[in-house]
Amino acid sequence: MGRVHLHADGTEHLHDHDHGDDHDHATGRGVGDHTGYAETGTVRVEILENLLSENDRVADANRHAFAQAGVRAVNLMSSPGAGKTTLLKRTLQALGSSLRIGVLEGDIATTLDADELEGAGATAIAVVNTSAGFGGECHLDAVMVRSGMSRLPLSDLDLLVIENVGNLVCPAEFRVGEHAKAMVYAVTEGEEKPLKYPVMFRAAEVVVVNKIDLLPHLDFDLDTFLSNLRSVNPAARVIQASARTGEGVDEWCAWLSGQA
Amino acid sequence: MHELSLCDAILGTTMKHADGRPVMQVTVRIGHLRQVVPDALRFGWELLTEPTDLKGCELVIEQIPATVECTECRAVTTLDMPILTCGSCGSFDVTLLTGEEFLIVAMELAEAEA
Repeated sequence: MGRVHLHADGTEHLHDHDHGDDHDHATGRGVGDHTGYAETGTVRVEILENLLSENDRVADANRHAFAQAGVRAVNLMSSPGAGKTTLLKRTLQALGSSLRIGVLEGDIATTLDADELEGAGATAIAVVNTSAGFGGECHLDAVMVRSGMSRLPLSDLDLLVIENVGNLVCPAEFRVGEHAKAMVYAVTEGEEKPLKYPVMFRAAEVVVVNKIDLLPHLDFDLDTFLSNLRSVNPAARVIQASARTGEGVDEWCAWLSGQA
Repeated sequence: MHELSLCDAILGTTMKHADGRPVMQVTVRIGHLRQVVPDALRFGWELLTEPTDLKGCELVIEQIPATVECTECRAVTTLDMPILTCGSCGSFDVTLLTGEEFLIVAMELAEAEA
């Protein structure tokens, strides 16, 4: 592969040699402390590769595997305690007889969420414990999802719901091969979070505003929240719901069925 | 947070491109909308490179401000909050120009001069 060398005068050139020849390289820009390399110059090699290109490559392969099996995947994200699992349980109870739904549970260490969903109507459930990776990852990445997928009968499914690790930051950055990203947000989290965590709110196609049965007991101002959400993601679809009482769950289920 | 995972990705890509050659410096370009904390990234980089051939390799972080172009008044403004509005007329009808960069730009290889 040819390497592009950028020289101090701003010019650059491509070459394929193995740095064994005798032509002169200018010292690169912004070079730091080279103690121990006093007799050497440096050469700048352009990479220009997306930071997450390796993750994205695996995500694309996952997506391809979903396509071959005829299954659509939805990445469900939220902060811890927003109600993903409760909503998912309701969803499986409502749709489990008409749609073959698989669940991939991302959990740092336990099977508690998967246990909670047992018997609710999923065709299959697989758990991915992220602590198997580097010190307990706070998100699912494409490689972890690939591992979880291998334990699911993909071709027997219409829909795969990937319940991500509860976290408002990291899951939004890692594509896992999903067709759509959905988010659960609890009204107990306050109105300002879309402004504080814009990456996730921008990534979500649909935002389920959960726990609205608690609104009479809170200072939460729904209009302020919706305005904040619109300022970072004008296109997001908003579904007001309570996974506890079941209010709004049918609208969410209708959206989800539409993905399959 | 995710900085350690990002460092792992930077390390993997750098080692692939370096192919065993000594790397003095790696430059990444990260937009403000990416929620990456530079200090956490540098700390993660030191931690992860320590047991590798890249120990001591400097991580240079180019931070790119978020800028938008307004569809209505055509002004190009820089955001100081992650709220996508025109800094000139206040319109929400804007196109993001920069701020989502997430690139490993280049590396500096130590090379013996002939």
